[in-house]
Amino acid sequence: MSTSEWPLWEVFTQKRAGLPFEHAGSVHAPDKELAMQNARDVYSRRGEATCLWVVPAEDIVSSTPEDVGSFFEPSNDKIYRHPNFYKTPGASFE
Amino acid sequence: MQIKSQEELEQKFQERIDRGEIIEPKDWMPERYRKQLIRMMSQHAHSEVVGMLPEGNWITRAPSLRRKAVLLAKVQDEAGHGLYIYSGTETLGISRDEVMADFLTGKAKYSSIFNYPTLTWADIGAIGWLVDGAAIVNQTALAKGSYGPYARAMVRICKEENFHHKQGYEILATLMNGSQEQKDMAQDAMNRFWWPSLMMFGPSDNNSPNSAELIRWKVKKYSNDELRQRFIDRTVPQAENIGLVVPDKDLKWDEETRHYSHGEINWEEFYNVINGRGICNKERMKARREAHNNGSWVREAASAYARKKAAKTIAA
Repeated sequence: MSTSEWPLWEVFTQKRAGLPFEHAGSVHAPDKELAMQNARDVYSRRGEATCLWVVPAEDIVSSTPEDVGSFFEPSNDKIYRHPNFYKTPGASFE
Repeated sequence: MQIKSQEELEQKFQERIDRGEIIEPKDWMPERYRKQLIRMMSQHAHSEVVGMLPEGNWITRAPSLRRKAVLLAKVQDEAGHGLYIYSGTETLGISRDEVMADFLTGKAKYSSIFNYPTLTWADIGAIGWLVDGAAIVNQTALAKGSYGPYARAMVRICKEENFHHKQGYEILATLMNGSQEQKDMAQDAMNRFWWPSLMMFGPSDNNSPNSAELIRWKVKKYSNDELRQRFIDRTVPQAENIGLVVPDKDLKWDEETRHYSHGEINWEEFYNVINGRGICNKERMKARREAHNNGSWVREAASAYARKKAAKTIAA
């Protein structure tokens, strides 16, 4: 059996213009053209995408679950970044 | 960072599960959780792939262009379903090559249902309606499971299964509206596929070695018997609606439990098929291996083309 597995590509789909891209899954392909075709065949058989991204999986940099504490800490202790931190007596902000 | 003991990690993991949290690929997980998921997910993916064979048998003989286009689309979906789940399985740290090797050598199993032959056109109806109907019940439950990539693949699949389910029912409804010969053909398919479809949910609860652990980890949310019952309850009225008889003389509506009670499943047949002694086991594996081997030149050509192009880019 062949051991030269094709590289893994992560696939992102955008349902229509104006919406964010969303991770759909992954495909194996020897190059970016085939990665794009495989992604279309696997993840958009029913109009799930009007635009596709394929990204070599090894090029994705991800944080790790151990980061959850310290890495994201700075955003947790700045509650003044949220609008409900402020007192606005009587005024309507609707 | 504080080093946690194995027991502490496992306890923390179970607490996350109990709180209803979803486990993602990089999260810590017990080795056995990983192993069980690899086993379940790869079996599931292989089943999708082998599932193309009994249906592929009828593509060239579909009774109309409409039916042929539908069947082609359905079989293509099954390939897609296999790929969604293989992609999910790889997030657990096993390579596609390893997963495929276990499949082609026969080490990994697939659903016993696909070891039954498709003898008539009505069988294509029975597969869509009963087999995909059973798969929907199963997969809807799996879509709420604790492992993120598996659950997400199930959500995607469930959306597509409804088409499979309905087109199968339409085939049988059309036959049941036809000549006596066509009605007999539909009933014959029902007779052959009913019991194997019930077996798709796996062994009875008191005989299912993996169930307790999988339920504790919320990989499975319901037991085999619960899901089987759910399938029977939704399917019997659909059969009656088009005049098909369920081939179970013990089947009856129980006013007290609000469920259908049913006859005993032939578990000997189930274990025979699982252990390789079904009607089509050998044929299915042979077809799968041939497809893999016959496709090797395509994979080699695509790899060679990619290498050549990459070399050109560097040279330029």
